[in-house]
Amino acid sequence: MLKVAFGTKGRMDRLKEGMSTKVQAKDIVKIFGSDPQNAREMLSSGKSKDAIFEQTGHTVGVDNVSFEVGEGEIFVVMGLSGSGKSTLVRMINGLIMPTSGSMSIDGTDIANCSPETLRKTRRDKVAMVFQHFALFPHRTVVDNVAYGLKVKGVGAKERRERALVALEQVGLKPYADSYPDELSGGMQQRVGLARGLAAEPEILLMDEPFSALDPLIRRDMQEELLELQRSLKKTIIFITHDLNEALILGDRIAIMKDGRFVQVATAEEIVESPADDYVAAFTQDIDRSRVFTAGSVSVPAEALELSEATAASAMHRMEELDQDAIYVTDGDRIAGAVTYRDLSASTRDNGGVLKDSLITEFPTASRTTPLFELYPLAESGLPIALTDRKGRLKGIVPPQAVFAKLAGGEAAA
Amino acid sequence: MPSPGDLLTIPFSDWINFLVRDWLVPNFRPFFRSLQWPITQVLNSLDALLQATPMLLFTALLAFVAWRTAGRGVAIFTLIALAFIDMIGLWPETMTTLAMIVTAVFFCTLIGVPLGILAARSDRTYAVVRPILDIMQTIPSFVYLVPIVMLFGVGMVPGIIATIVFALPPIVRLTNLGIRNVRGDLVEAAYAFGSTPRQVLWDVQFPLALRTIMAGLNQTLMLALSMVVITALIGAGGLGLTVYTGLGRLDVGNATAGGVGIVLLAIILDRITQALGEDRRVHTTSLWATLRGYFRPAHEAGRLEKAG
Repeated sequence: MLKVAFGTKGRMDRLKEGMSTKVQAKDIVKIFGSDPQNAREMLSSGKSKDAIFEQTGHTVGVDNVSFEVGEGEIFVVMGLSGSGKSTLVRMINGLIMPTSGSMSIDGTDIANCSPETLRKTRRDKVAMVFQHFALFPHRTVVDNVAYGLKVKGVGAKERRERALVALEQVGLKPYADSYPDELSGGMQQRVGLARGLAAEPEILLMDEPFSALDPLIRRDMQEELLELQRSLKKTIIFITHDLNEALILGDRIAIMKDGRFVQVATAEEIVESPADDYVAAFTQDIDRSRVFTAGSVSVPAEALELSEATAASAMHRMEELDQDAIYVTDGDRIAGAVTYRDLSASTRDNGGVLKDSLITEFPTASRTTPLFELYPLAESGLPIALTDRKGRLKGIVPPQAVFAKLAGGEAAA
Repeated sequence: MPSPGDLLTIPFSDWINFLVRDWLVPNFRPFFRSLQWPITQVLNSLDALLQATPMLLFTALLAFVAWRTAGRGVAIFTLIALAFIDMIGLWPETMTTLAMIVTAVFFCTLIGVPLGILAARSDRTYAVVRPILDIMQTIPSFVYLVPIVMLFGVGMVPGIIATIVFALPPIVRLTNLGIRNVRGDLVEAAYAFGSTPRQVLWDVQFPLALRTIMAGLNQTLMLALSMVVITALIGAGGLGLTVYTGLGRLDVGNATAGGVGIVLLAIILDRITQALGEDRRVHTTSLWATLRGYFRPAHEAGRLEKAG
């Protein structure tokens, strides 16, 4: 079975580097009914959703939501049915127009532009993947995938070629000339994904794309999406009702309830400090070992330099730090680890030479390694060395800290 | 017992007489006459073509079409039925009736499909169209024969106009229904990729509504056939006239022969058009592709059938 970690944290760093904003929503309100403006005034005067429905029959779909999504980011909106998440995603590409507020893609105001501008934005910038696939039953797989290109006015031959490339990305090239109803659900959604990718949009809107699939297939698809995203680096807005899925995929996650954002944060932040009881209730069943990474439980690396350290100084340092093992570095390289027990035994027997007691088989991981991958490493009893790309020691994880984190307590420091 | 009629009598028939005889006919007769022109053209060329086609050739063609669309049984039935019609001496009348029917259905499609599409795309249009269709379907056809004769005169073409009035509603209704019933997320997907409303119509809605539209076409055809005898009252020819004259002369033999001819023609056309609307080849993009599908090699067609 595939092991999927929640959130690919490397992408968070790019996020912070001030990437350009792709999608910007400001004070979005959507009210369904015949006289939405009246209901909107009631809403801004502080009336509740239920009160408005009782008095006017109008449904508040989305209530004053603002957010920004940066280039290459996966922004997940998670909420239960009726929370307004599907309405929200449809306002990004103008399938539904907001009652008030502004929605812009690369600075183009979707809610207030001409139909022609809106169509152009949809053709060139935003593609969508649907919950029930929404494949055209009367077109072959390749024609489905090529649909966005057809609308764009790309010629038949080039269309087919580019559609085949997109199909290859999702591993369905052999099925190009089948019809959608000849494929399984998972395969159909791959076609849906390929259709979204074929037109090479910058933004991909995914409305609960994996909800209709079996759990195992869903897991595969999540993994595959992340794999694709590593090379494609699209801006993805992903809608789901499954917090696990949100945590796996999202660089940032917005929890939505009754048309509002309750919390917008990274996976770790949501699990560690849920904004309210509603969010907390969701996070209870979460596999925390997939959310948290080694970095979140690491302590600063206290290491000895091989050329300077002796058995006595090492034992003294360990006593000071109240640890039973310590790492020894040789310049930028990690030479190994020594344990207090080994050193005291060797001191007793032969006067104690640090080099002889050096354990060179020590566990290493990186700061972004999810906790569940640390379990086998913690077995050795040694603290786990966190290294950077060049193999330099950047921190250590005491084995007990891993379990302290899983238990929900603060990291043992 | 007193009744409202004692207090007030409304000269309703006088009003209508005035409306039609003194206003509509003198003012608009040339306009209505000019409406006949396209129908006359289509009818005449079709009739000439059918009358000129040798009986055996036509029979072979229709049997082939029946075989490709509806299967061997219907094809054999077509052969026998057409041979029988020829043998009872009603071939020319049958061809005339067929030309009339096809002309009427052609114009019903020409008017009905676009009207159905408009009705499907706008609730307001549908709200206007719907009661008109209701009236067209419920009003007895004898009622509008009189004004039709006054406006258009007598003959084949007025007969076809009466047929169009009678047979139009199903194709409008079913086009509207077919387009409205296309899955919402498919339409949404087409829009999400930047399609214009026209592209959505031709790429998604129309192809997916085609089966329902074909069912409407079948209904329209059947209604048109049921008007054959009635239109003979206002001077249309063909099998309807055979029945009508048989009735007038109490010639039960001829009336029955004409009736049998109509029934046989109806069965053949019904089976063929029903098969067109069936789920045999869902995977088609257009009417053209649907039609082309019937002439694909049999093994390929079989593969698609299994898939569907």
